[in-house]
Amino acid sequence: MIIPTENPNGAEISRRDILKSGAALATITLAPGVTLMAFGGKAKAAGDDGLKPNARWGLLIDAAKCPEDCSACVSACSTEQGWENNGLSTDPQWIRKVTLREKETGRTNSLPVMCQHCEAPPCVDVCPTGASFKREDGIVLVNRHTCIGCRYCMMACPFKARSFVAEPVTGQRTSTPRGKGTVEGCNLCVHKIDRGDGTTACVEACTATGNNAMMFGDLNDPESEIAKAVSTYASVELRADLGLNLGVRYQNI
Amino acid sequence: MNKLLTSLLVMAALLVSPSYAQGLFPDIPKALGEPHPEGNEFWRINHPALLAHDRDLTVLEGIRDIDASLKSCVACHAVTGPEAAPLPVTYDSPEFSCRVCHDYVAVKIDCFTCHASTPEEADYADVLPSYGGTAESLRAYLERISQ
Repeated sequence: MIIPTENPNGAEISRRDILKSGAALATITLAPGVTLMAFGGKAKAAGDDGLKPNARWGLLIDAAKCPEDCSACVSACSTEQGWENNGLSTDPQWIRKVTLREKETGRTNSLPVMCQHCEAPPCVDVCPTGASFKREDGIVLVNRHTCIGCRYCMMACPFKARSFVAEPVTGQRTSTPRGKGTVEGCNLCVHKIDRGDGTTACVEACTATGNNAMMFGDLNDPESEIAKAVSTYASVELRADLGLNLGVRYQNI
Repeated sequence: MNKLLTSLLVMAALLVSPSYAQGLFPDIPKALGEPHPEGNEFWRINHPALLAHDRDLTVLEGIRDIDASLKSCVACHAVTGPEAAPLPVTYDSPEFSCRVCHDYVAVKIDCFTCHASTPEEADYADVLPSYGGTAESLRAYLERISQ
């Protein structure tokens, strides 16, 4: 509901600006449904809310520091996003612990796998409604308003990072709406990022255990801890052969 | 002829009298926070468009500091259950704010198949300036409102 009018700066005034002008906005109701509005408030400057442009949010996971019996990241995700596992094949797959075993040597590795937030996401390519999309800051999300639950993205994802909500859901977190008939996956705690927390629930939990196996940050910011780490130490992406340029990178696997 | 005219006049008077009209329309529960500056009529008519517009801003552009967020609607328009139970009712209850009107006009909304229909404690803080931030003060506030 954009009301297209010109302001002195030449920028378009959207309904959002009208609401933003808050107390300085005068409204006169002439009759039910007929409202006069006067503007005079200082609209909030653009860019101080919303996603950080040019960012590339990512994770760096050190498998050597990730004990096989620890699943703190998984339970933290469950609490933060309001999902739970019931041991069914239809369980949510936001994040899960995976154990890798090298056939020749028998060396095992445990690591969390979630949506890898590809730069070229196959789930976005196949989505028929545009519900699966990549935000400007590199986070791959499902817009549940437009998701029709066709599950093409689940088939396209090389990491099985998407799952379908097959049963009615109650008791959702207010920050994470989720319900029957839509596909979901790790959203990189997008509500926390937008809030400016600068971390995700899984990383917080991992740090709290003292394992420090996970790191979150902006890969595009050369000053960030994660950008320095990936430029200094060897790290790999899963299924690098697919050339998807993942936002989640692993060490020691 | 006079009789007919009189009965017609009485019927017309009944129709326009406030007590009769009150029975015709749903009894909309009072919200907890400050009233909308744009007026109730504006919101009653425009809320679907406002919500649809802002949901795209939030989902696609990450703009969360918006005034028409469903989260704030739910927190401010929370209805406490019968017997002044401290917990707000969910969408399953016919007393739920949205349902009072939507049931009346026979429009089924699907917002709450995904969105939480009850606020979390932190959500109250955004819309209720007098809310101190603890469960106790919230309960006291809701009790005061229900009286």
